[in-house]
Order: sequence, then structure tokens, then C-alpha cells
Amino acid sequence: MIQIKVGQGSCGISAGAANVYAALHTALMEAPDVSLSVTGCVGMCWLEPIVDVYNASGGLTRLVRVTENDVPKIAEYVRSGEPEHVRKLTVSDEDAEFLSKQTRIALRNCGVIDPEDIGGYIAAGGYEALRTVILHKSPEEVIDVIKSSGLAGRGGAGFPAWFKWDAARKSRDEIKYLICNADEGDPGAFMDRAVIESDPHNLIEGMLIGAYAIGAKEAIVYVRAEYPLAIARLERAINQAASEGLIGENIFGSDFSCSFRIKAGAGAFVCGEETALIESLEGQRGMPRLKPPFPAQSGYWRKPSNINNVETFANVAWIIRNGGEAFAAMGTPDSKGTKVFALTGKIKRGGLVEIPMGKTLHDVIFDIGGGMRTDKKFKCVQMGGPSGGCIPASLSDTLIDYKRLSATGAIMGSGGMVVMDESTCMVNMARFFLDFTAKESCGKCVPCRIGTKRLLEVLTRICNGEGKDGDIGLLEELCNQIKESSLCGLGQTAPNPVLTTLKYFRHEYEAHIKEKRCPTGECQALITYSIDPGTCTGCTACVKKCPANAINGERKAAHVIDAELCIKCGRCEEVCRFGAVVKR
Amino acid sequence: MEQKIDLSLIDGIIGHYRDIPGSLITVLQKAQAVYGYLPHGALTYISQRMNIPPAKVFGVATFYTQFRFEPVGRYLIMLCKGTACHVNGAEMIEKAIAGELGIADGETTGDGLFTLKNVACLGCCSLSPVMMVNEETYGSLTPEKTRKILAELRGRIRE
Repeated sequence: MIQIKVGQGSCGISAGAANVYAALHTALMEAPDVSLSVTGCVGMCWLEPIVDVYNASGGLTRLVRVTENDVPKIAEYVRSGEPEHVRKLTVSDEDAEFLSKQTRIALRNCGVIDPEDIGGYIAAGGYEALRTVILHKSPEEVIDVIKSSGLAGRGGAGFPAWFKWDAARKSRDEIKYLICNADEGDPGAFMDRAVIESDPHNLIEGMLIGAYAIGAKEAIVYVRAEYPLAIARLERAINQAASEGLIGENIFGSDFSCSFRIKAGAGAFVCGEETALIESLEGQRGMPRLKPPFPAQSGYWRKPSNINNVETFANVAWIIRNGGEAFAAMGTPDSKGTKVFALTGKIKRGGLVEIPMGKTLHDVIFDIGGGMRTDKKFKCVQMGGPSGGCIPASLSDTLIDYKRLSATGAIMGSGGMVVMDESTCMVNMARFFLDFTAKESCGKCVPCRIGTKRLLEVLTRICNGEGKDGDIGLLEELCNQIKESSLCGLGQTAPNPVLTTLKYFRHEYEAHIKEKRCPTGECQALITYSIDPGTCTGCTACVKKCPANAINGERKAAHVIDAELCIKCGRCEEVCRFGAVVKR
Repeated sequence: MEQKIDLSLIDGIIGHYRDIPGSLITVLQKAQAVYGYLPHGALTYISQRMNIPPAKVFGVATFYTQFRFEPVGRYLIMLCKGTACHVNGAEMIEKAIAGELGIADGETTGDGLFTLKNVACLGCCSLSPVMMVNEETYGSLTPEKTRKILAELRGRIRE
């Protein structure tokens, strides 16, 4: 039997995987001994759509950037087994290293099994851990295993998972809740979406084990509404698990019962904060509560509740099956196991990377990610989204663990890694994040609500060339006040993008303020476009495209941009085939 | 003047959820799926029927970015302004859309065809810059490519 699997995560589908699947289905309908199925996202996003062909003995040929036009060649290959037909589509050795250099635990089934079929998950050993736990372990023993693994919450803060489980376990109440935070709001992070889309049963199993450990009878997944495919696949998985008796009453014939449901979020970044998430679950505005009491004592409907993020739960079944020590054997003394990163930006090979803690940023960006995809130099990597910071190239030997990343001023966060080259302006980057947090601040605490707005105004002013002496000091003062006087993590970390860029790229702020110059040429107000008369061939392409009629020139004579009229839209630069448009 | 809306369309939704505590957001989501947005009248109706003060219904509805209070165009363009898209030139794409359609974030074209909405992150970072038009995702955008897509969408309507 030849097995063909088409990767259909959200990014695969938007790259055209559904059309490829349909075309393969038509082409291979009559072929004997061929099965065609869907799989999730293997994480090699830059190569989508991906088609995996497993021959009768299980050998894999991975075909990448497949289009519908390639389908006849693939069909021919399937019929003849002759690799020459798909030589050009086969993944290169270099690209294949992206996966071979990873260690996959949370992502172990992603892009391998069919996310819409519980059979595939069970065949891969799924729900074995749940059975072991329910039939052979006490809740306390389960918590001990998690404790020995050193698993820390993967949502950002890195708080030990066992501690929260233990606290919820010890809270005496008939009703308790287990909640999964799948409100993946950090722009630049998509690992949770990938896990739910590609391996939803792994999340369900991890959550059921958690529910058993704390004594919850109801499990809830709070998912971003922006992830429709993830919601659909999770719903399907819940129904399958329920019909197999893995969700509901008396699971595995024991007296453990647990129901399961999804709650779609409605779009609010602050709901990633656990108490805001609880408010939202209760149908309120997502505004954080004062802690203590912690959710483990008084959470959803004031009942003991435990909240972990998707990636945290995705590790649980593996840890139960392999032992806490196996997980703890990877990583550094204070950060155990593996971590998933969403590698994006100006990187050559962007996608999902799971590696043991303790590797360096350089390992991820260069060895796995292949370095920059532009001809410009690596400048910095942004980690932790709007709560994190920019780590400069000079610190790329930093080990990936919670403490060392925090020491740089950034954070591990949920694992977004946005790589930037020298074309990105750091002041504008800080402005970008503050624009985000100013919009997303829930408004409860004045320092966050108004402080982020004031930060944004100062940053915007600097980007527009209107920066004043003393602005840097003002930024620093504001940042520290917001950090100290905000209730929740959103406000406490919102100044991080400003503080880290001030720390590592202060000269860029100074150039904007003192010299009214943007060193990268990204800040529009500070650039001018002109045409180099020596290079211009007088083709009039730019004259025709300029929406402001700001370019004058006869055919075959050098053109001139009228700086007064120019709106700096850059279309002349886009259309010029001779590189004659100069941006300064 | 707001268009007349048929409130009975959401009676079933309200009936199903009115006794389930904490379900206001779900009711608003389902109501928006019915009308395409949340008409003022529907919010008042939900408040009355669910016995929740109007201030709370409006407060919750305006808190979350998913909810809209105006009808949207035939094509809802969700332009991703996430970090990866920002780094890869989302601003240029926004400018191209604004130039082509004459609308800014949150606005709808006079002919009711296009609405532009900037969103935080669509999670398709490896295809950045990205926009989603209704259900379809378009990746690796350039200003030129964006203008072509918009022209094509316009063409579809004429056909």
C-alpha cells in the first residue's frame, strides 16, 4: 500500500494544498493500493504545499511546493515508483535538515497522522497514557510525574505546571474546572494553532490527564475565534473521543468522568491572561482580576480552576508514557524539556521548530532556520511578542532557557521568534508593539491604559522626525511607571519592546531625534526619494505610475522627482527596473 | 436610520442560551453570524430578552474586536498586521489597498463592495505579508499583487 498524505494546516491550505488534494484525488481514484489522506502541519511552512509519499515499505519521499500542475508527475511516480518523475519536487537535503535537527515531543504527531481520524492517534500510542493514569495511578502520583519532568507552563510565564495542578488538587470543592488557554494572541506565534489543527487528540488527552489529576469534571478549551480550522478539527476530535468513551461518564470503566467543550474567544489579546480569560468565559469583558485568590483557589464561577496553555498539555501524554526523567533529561538546570518556536520574519526557512532547551538562538536561526533570506545581515530577533523584546545579533549565543532569555530583557514567551535584518527600524518596531498594546489594553488600570497611549505618541513623534531632546528619558520614566503599577502581565510587560530597543539600539533613537534621520530608511517621514540621473534611462515607467504626478521627465531623458509633491509611496522604486530611484 | 431588521431571526438563539449563565458572548457571536454585524436594535433586544442591562451588553460587545456594528462590504479584507507581516511590509500593502480603494482601516467603499479591517495576527506568518478576503487567504503579497487581487475581485462581481 502506498500512502499519500497532503499537509492541510491553515498555511498549507492557503498555499493551495486543498486544490492539490482534490487534483490528487481525481488522478489517483482508480489507482490500486494507494491511500490518500490529510495530515496536519509538519512545520515546514516555507515549502507548502507539502505532499508526503510513503512507499509500501514505509520509506518517505517528501514533495514540496507542489501545485496542481505537478499532479500528473506525482501520479506517474506513484504508478512507476520511478523517483525521476518527482526529482524536482523532492525536498532538498538542506531543507530536510530543518526537521532532522529538531527533537519533537509536543509536535510529535504533527504532519504525520490524520488529525481528523482518532484511529491514527490511537495507532500512534494515543490515549495509552490516559488509560495508565486512570487505571493505575493516583492523582498525586500523576502530579509527581509532572513534577519530576520539570514541565513549566509554555504560555509565557514559565511557571511550574505541577505546582498549579497541586494547588488545584488541594482545593477542597465538589466542582473544579480544567481550562486550556488556546487564545494564542501573540502576533508571530502560531504553534498552538498548529497543535490543535494537526494533533487535536494530543491536546484532549493531556487535558483529560490534567482533569484527572486535579479532580475536575469539566474541561474547557478557550480558542481564538480567528482559528476556524482549529475549532472545527477540535470539535470533531471531541466528538470522536466521546463516542469512543474517552470523554464522558466513567472513562475506562473507572469512576472518573469528565465532559469537554470549546469556547470561542471574541478577539481580545488580554484574554491570554488567565483571570481575564475566566472573566471572558463567564460572558464578561475580559478584564483581569486581582490575584490572590489564584484561579487554583477561586477561578471560573469562583471554583478551583487550573489553566494551562496548549503546548503545555501537548507534552503531558508523552511525559506520562516516557517518564518525567526522560523529559527532564533534556534542557538546562532550570528549563527542562523541549520548546516549540514559531520562526518567522526575514528567515530563510520559516516554520515550527521544536528543540531541547539549552540550544542557542544562533542554533535556531542559522543551523535550523538557514539564516537570512535577504542579502542583508541578521540584526535581531524579537521574542515574546508584545510582552517581549528584541535580542540583538551580538547576543545570539544566548542559551534558550527561561532565566537567560529574561536576562536579556526579552522573555521566552509563547515562542514567537521574529527574525529581522538590517532593514527593520527598531524605533518603528517599538512603535508597532505599543500601537498593539495601546489598542489591546483592557482599560482597567490607568497606567496601562493611558501610559501605553502616551508611549505610543512619543514613539510616533520620534518616527515622524518630531522627536525632542528629553524624549528618551521620558520614555524610560513612563516605561518604569507602567511596569510597576499595572495589575496584570499585559501592562507589566508592555514597555519591554521599548526598553529592549532602547537598551540595544539607542543610537537609532538618537539618530531619529537629533539628526532627524532613520538609519534603516523605514520611517517614511524621514526619507526622500530622488532619481539618480546617471542610472535613469528615461523609460517613463515611474512617471506613469506616480499617483501624485510628482515625477517630471521626457522619454530618454533623466527624470526628476518634485520633493514638494512626492507622497513617498515608493511606487517609483517598485516599478524602476534599473535601480535608479534612490531612497535616503 | 438603521435598516429594519428581523429580530425573530435570533429568537431561537436567545431561547437556547438565556438560561445558561455566562453565554452572552456566544449569543452575540451567533447573532452576528445571522446579520453579518450587530445591529443596534438586536443588541437592545438581546438585553431585554436575556434580562441583562443594556450597558453590559454594549460594554461586552464593544470590548471584543470580533464584533462589528456596521454592515460590511461584499468582501471583507482582513489585513494582517502581525509582527512577521509588519517586518515583511504590511504597511506597504495597506497603502496599496488604501490607494486602490480609497478606504482606511474600518471603512467600506461607497459601492459597498470592500471593507478593510486590520487584524492583529492571522497566524500564517510564514506567508507574510498576508490578507484574508472573506474565507480566502492570500500570502506573500506585494503592492502590485495586491492591486491585481483587488481588480480580480471586482471583476468577479461584474461577471
